[in-house]
Amino acid sequence: MQTRPMRWLRKNVVVLAGVLALGYLILPNLVVLAFSFNKPKGRFNYTWNHFSTDAWQHPCGVADMCGSLTLSLRLAVYATIGATVLGTMTAFALARYRFRGRAATNMLIFLPMAMPEVVMGASLGTLFLNMRIRFGFWTILIAHTMFCLSFVVVAVKARVMSMDPRLEQAAQDLYATPAQTFLRITLPLAAPGIAAGALLSFALSFDDYIITSFNAGNTVTFPMFVWGSAQRGTPVQVNVIGTAMFVVAVLLVVAGQLVGGRRRGART
Amino acid sequence: MTAATAPPPTSPAPATVPAAPRRAAGRRRLTPYLLLLAGVAWLLVFFVAPMVYQASTSVQTGSLDEGFKVTWHVATYWDALREYWPHFLRSLLYSGIATAACLAIGYPLAYTIAFRAGRWRNVVLVLVIAPFFTSFLIRTLAWETILADQGPVVSFLNTVHVLDVTSWLHITQGDRVLATPLAVVCGLTYNFLPFMILPLYTSLERIDGRLHEASGDLYATPFTTFRKVTFPLSLPGVVAGTLLTFIPASGDYINAELLGSTNQKMIGNVIQSQFLRVLDYPTAAALSFILMAAILAIVTVYIRRAGTEELV
Amino acid sequence: MTTEPTAAPGDAVRLSALSKTYGSFTAVHPLDLTVPAGSFFALLGASGCGKTTTLRMIAGLEDPTTGSVALGGKDVTALPPYKRPVNTVFQNYALFPHLDVYENVAFGLRRRGIKSVKQQVGDMLDLVQLGGMARRKPHQLSGGQQQRVAVARALINKPEVLLLDEPLGALDLKLRRQMQLELKRIQTEVGITFIHVTHDQEEAMTMADTVAVMNAGRVEQLGAPADLYENPGSTFVANFLGTSNLIEAEVTGTSGGDIQLVAAGQRLTLPAARCGAEVTTGGRVLAGVRPEKIALVHRDDEDAIAEGRNRVPGRIVDSSFIGVSTQYVIDSPVCPELEVFVPNVERDGRLVPGAPVVLHWNPAHTFGLDAAQDIDAGLDADAVEAALSPDGAGTAAEAAV
Repeated sequence: MQTRPMRWLRKNVVVLAGVLALGYLILPNLVVLAFSFNKPKGRFNYTWNHFSTDAWQHPCGVADMCGSLTLSLRLAVYATIGATVLGTMTAFALARYRFRGRAATNMLIFLPMAMPEVVMGASLGTLFLNMRIRFGFWTILIAHTMFCLSFVVVAVKARVMSMDPRLEQAAQDLYATPAQTFLRITLPLAAPGIAAGALLSFALSFDDYIITSFNAGNTVTFPMFVWGSAQRGTPVQVNVIGTAMFVVAVLLVVAGQLVGGRRRGART
Repeated sequence: MTAATAPPPTSPAPATVPAAPRRAAGRRRLTPYLLLLAGVAWLLVFFVAPMVYQASTSVQTGSLDEGFKVTWHVATYWDALREYWPHFLRSLLYSGIATAACLAIGYPLAYTIAFRAGRWRNVVLVLVIAPFFTSFLIRTLAWETILADQGPVVSFLNTVHVLDVTSWLHITQGDRVLATPLAVVCGLTYNFLPFMILPLYTSLERIDGRLHEASGDLYATPFTTFRKVTFPLSLPGVVAGTLLTFIPASGDYINAELLGSTNQKMIGNVIQSQFLRVLDYPTAAALSFILMAAILAIVTVYIRRAGTEELV
Repeated sequence: MTTEPTAAPGDAVRLSALSKTYGSFTAVHPLDLTVPAGSFFALLGASGCGKTTTLRMIAGLEDPTTGSVALGGKDVTALPPYKRPVNTVFQNYALFPHLDVYENVAFGLRRRGIKSVKQQVGDMLDLVQLGGMARRKPHQLSGGQQQRVAVARALINKPEVLLLDEPLGALDLKLRRQMQLELKRIQTEVGITFIHVTHDQEEAMTMADTVAVMNAGRVEQLGAPADLYENPGSTFVANFLGTSNLIEAEVTGTSGGDIQLVAAGQRLTLPAARCGAEVTTGGRVLAGVRPEKIALVHRDDEDAIAEGRNRVPGRIVDSSFIGVSTQYVIDSPVCPELEVFVPNVERDGRLVPGAPVVLHWNPAHTFGLDAAQDIDAGLDADAVEAALSPDGAGTAAEAAV
């Protein structure tokens, strides 16, 4: 007969391992948070010196950082819009129609996701270089839209394929023209997939360093600023931005959950 | 009253179908191509064309001042391989180990979220995804702090003599963790862990909980149930997760750059420096293609072995 | 049995030589059919028989290969679904999951540009007894409630014809019975023509004024439920609609209004008026009788049977007690598996498996069918058709796109 703690351990060993894994995932964010309140002795913010809220009071107190941050946000917004529009159209074509070249298109969508970023970045950079296209905002935007596109297609396609085609037939049966059917039925039903693709695009674009570094020229996005500052000593403000992004993301998700929960709670 | 006949087979020629539906059908045949046009064009111009161009670059010779010309100088490939094979090997090794570690760490977490988290499920999911929104560079830099030479983690590992063992295994050096293979693999594992957890969770979540009960009802122990029911059903997630982890990890150079030393440089570092610092584009292109070929070969064999076609 | 279709303005639906083929598969053979206004019409058949395809062609969701569809005397063959004055209650309802009950019901009105829908939606929800559910989402409703929303959503548009595609298929037996009566009530109340597609023969007979039995893309027989049941025109209808005992017999002669038959030495009488097939002395014919028309006595009591009744000896093979009646399977020289339903009025304790018995019935209850057809047609129609077309015609249509 096993003792009681042993039995408890046996039953919950998976959960314990899961909690440890979660700790592994969260630990760096906690460190980033903690060190956003540090006042480092030298230039390097690696060891704890003493508590200070300086960085939080002056988040843009470092030269060029907030400029790169707005650039990254702008890029992410544009890349998200571009990739979401192009990706949604492509996804509808792939999910709703059988046509010649469908398999090839699926392959074309899959490849960018299966390609190491360094290869994609270097290839596109080489092309721009040889076409004598000036590196900068537009080259980065093109690159970001390119690698976000596939992720949108996958997200939207999965959603559209799981939709019941009879719903659109029902709409047509109820006097909705094809355009009305699309706007009133298809689009709202596909919205969660489109939103997921857009969110993923935003995160990927905002966070991308590798592909950007090959296509940016002298333009400095936020990740590139962080990379550059890592060599000279990262300013504490970088931790502030990192923590703020984390908190904003969590709040957004919580808000989304609450809205969704209220909608679901409408049942009585 | 109602009247009806099923007409005899020799009934007169039926009324012709009006033209309107036909025209609509013709338009419908064009619709998918119109929808695809922009997206596919974008990928063809900015993804496929660069690849093709990269292929031609890899057999060019020349210099930045005189320009590069296609001379079918295939030797670039051999030279690149001869010089950088340790980097290739290291890349595949590190990313392979990191992928295995991600699976080992990620599976319990994905399983917990799917079957054991109950009402905490959404909270835990958010905690898995949210770190994404802090720039991964910032988080990787945080590992520098965590693994710092005088930090609590290293001190602890030193005290319990773990570092002696790992040093003996040549994965750490002396009483340091930073600038060693362990730090790089640790960083890779951390960075790509969510890419493992999410597909695993998706495929686990689809499993009907009653299957566990059915398996238990048919005399399977919990472990046998996992081995014979849960794990096989989660295989698509395992395959997707390992690919999503292994492929980007093998081309990564951030972790090697920030957490490793010159002895831990991966092939990504080489391509990046050839391209951005040495400006030897043919070599950078050749290295890219060798890396692609290696990944393609490994992935193909892996998918064959895993016996699943569910790539996307 | 049938007459030529006539174009009358009173006809709600008129199909002329309507057919549909997918590649080499013919889902619906050229079909002429007229449904009078205000009737409750059922298309009955096993899955894959073409009934749903026919319905979808009327709705405009499927382009016919040949032929035309006229609604209220107007040809609508070329019109897209959203321009046709018909509405459909879909299989599994196809309620819009992102809209609540109210918006689902109001959908059709709004699409036609009607602004003030409140009154109409309210009335319609009352009609289907869902007054308090207006703000619920479809997934918060039970199956029966969803079904009623689907009916309300279609009916509110006052279509010339309401098409119902297996509307009760997803409900459990008890609810299905209840909804059958409910739909019948609604139809009587609103007076709109209903065309109802179903594979459930009891459902078709309960609800419809007229039933068209479809088989392999053709209408096999059409008529009032009682008429179809009593006078099946083919073995398919005889077997698919309820249960029939079919006895292969030889014609020995005719006398008066009766045809004299002999099967395995047993003499049987068949009213000539109830025989659809041509008969010649010495020829063969199938004599059919419904199981509930047959009486069953122990062989010891054979003498008590009145003169002039058809009688057949046999032995009980199996019996199952189902409450209102007991169903017996009888092995007889004329047919190896005769079915007999005996109402449970007074139960004879001797009627157990193995007991020798005599079956007898009023000759007027016998019907005659052409012997030159498959005697088992329609018996396992579902299995055969399911094998031909795994998910019914709807999937075939999608696969062909």
